[in-house]
Amino acid sequence: MSEYIEHDKSGVSVGIVEKKFYKFAYPPKEMMLESGLKFGPITIAYETYGKLNANKDNAILVLHALSGDSHAAGYYSETDLKPGWWDIMIGPGKGIDTEKYFVICSNILGSCMGSSGPSSINPETEKPYGLNFPLVTIGDIVKSQKILLDYLGIEKLLSVVGGSVGGMQVLEWTLAYPDMVLSAIPLATTTRHSALAIAFNEVARQSIMVDPAWNKGDYYFTSKPALGLAVARMIGHITYLSDAAMRSKFGRRLQDKDDFSFNFDIDFQVESYLHYQGKKFVDRFDANSFLYITKAADYFDLEKQHGDGSIVQAFSKSKAKFLIVSFTSDWLYPTYQSKSIVQALKKNGLDVSFCEIEAECGHDAFLLPIERLSSLIKGFLERVYDELVK
Amino acid sequence: MNLLNNNMRFDLQIIASWIENGARVLDLGCGEGDLLYFLKQNKQVIGTGIDHDESNVAKSIERGLSVMQGDINKEINDYPDDYFDYAILSQTLQQVYKPADLIQSLLRIGKKGIVSFPNFSHISIRLQLLINGYAPVTEELPYEWYDTPNIRVITIKDFHKFSKDIGFEITKEVAINTYRPNKKRVITFLPNLLATYGIFQISKRK
Repeated sequence: MSEYIEHDKSGVSVGIVEKKFYKFAYPPKEMMLESGLKFGPITIAYETYGKLNANKDNAILVLHALSGDSHAAGYYSETDLKPGWWDIMIGPGKGIDTEKYFVICSNILGSCMGSSGPSSINPETEKPYGLNFPLVTIGDIVKSQKILLDYLGIEKLLSVVGGSVGGMQVLEWTLAYPDMVLSAIPLATTTRHSALAIAFNEVARQSIMVDPAWNKGDYYFTSKPALGLAVARMIGHITYLSDAAMRSKFGRRLQDKDDFSFNFDIDFQVESYLHYQGKKFVDRFDANSFLYITKAADYFDLEKQHGDGSIVQAFSKSKAKFLIVSFTSDWLYPTYQSKSIVQALKKNGLDVSFCEIEAECGHDAFLLPIERLSSLIKGFLERVYDELVK
Repeated sequence: MNLLNNNMRFDLQIIASWIENGARVLDLGCGEGDLLYFLKQNKQVIGTGIDHDESNVAKSIERGLSVMQGDINKEINDYPDDYFDYAILSQTLQQVYKPADLIQSLLRIGKKGIVSFPNFSHISIRLQLLINGYAPVTEELPYEWYDTPNIRVITIKDFHKFSKDIGFEITKEVAINTYRPNKKRVITFLPNLLATYGIFQISKRK
């Protein structure tokens, strides 16, 4: 996912929010990982918006994508310039209405935005874990979220919502904890990466790992692999856009010049944009976290992990009502992947709504202010709340 | 006949009157979900809709319906046998490329089917063709031959013949003269000549 953090045009916001931390799985009660390893202690950073009602039936879990964090909405202070990454969707009267619902968003395990990840300090060595951090899966990420919700006293989720890698977590939630999830909104996502998606991730990982500064993941006391991470992000951004989006956004326009420079400096606007995105990412994201999370996404295979290879069998465990949304120009997780989820849900007799939104902005569409997406989510949530709760 | 709602299209009112409370219903080509919305509000049905148009689907979901975007000819294949109490094909049969296949699928997934379509042998259509010699354009079929989505011309008589050819039962039928709620009238005299719409409840041949 990209950063499209911008002020909501309406000016409406959840206001000042606070990042909180929950630490658990202290040795010897470490969390069992899918790989068979035990890991702990684990810290999960999270934020909440709105109020949990007396019946505790209005909780919605929002799940972020690759490079997101727990800061989904609102501001940290009066002088904070940037709101959370999905401020356009979460807030009073918005698609996910914080006047009605209690919203929780946590930073995923393996990330670098407050939750335990490779850049966290290993209490045994008092140094960052680096590659000693265990490989975590989407299943592990979801398991850690479940432990957080147990701590918060939430037994039912009105909905789980997320796009891209966040959408994978949504799907995993409906199968790992089917009795807890009343509805699910997976956006622009897939049950397993295509070879194309894995290929892009691997090229991105390689660009980090061939950077000498990466130093087998041990760079926290030297200089970080800034070039490698920047190139990895540039590759990512290509996959988040689309042919049409790039054509209309950049075309073949030149950056600050009238003619070619006849050298290897930046000529085209699209080059300039990718360089800018790459550089910006290096300042806020850890290269090792990028490796770990992309690997978790590549390993995710819902058919295999939940259905012995059958997507229909996998979803037989689910009890949720689904709203599935794809975007026409998403070539990272194309519509056919969403449709195969729809098909499996239908074969299991589950309640499913599906809409393919016409959008030229590619995979990242789910993060952009698209009126239709907000109103779809709003209408769906109102329905499930009426049907399941009242 | 118990007509339930005066604002909804008349043919949909009749269809609604045939459906029991709490039934499981599929509306193929559901548009903006008017029928499903009505059935959900008034008959507490468990409803699902399919439509190919993004805007129709979005409006349906926004108003709290369970609807998916897709091609009805394909989407219909994913459901188990007899999954629905009623599978409805309202004002869509005339746009279907393989009507026999679709009707057979409809009766596979639905215990009962409901099919409605504009009657192409209405007297106004016959007269237009006879007197003017142009392909008929009517209120019910308002398109020129070159831009019409209605690729099939079906008459009420044809549908009876179709049921024998394909092998299904017609269990109920009503012919009406308009879908306008304010001018609604059921046609019992010479329906193939005087009705603009035919509405049929069908089931698998026993």
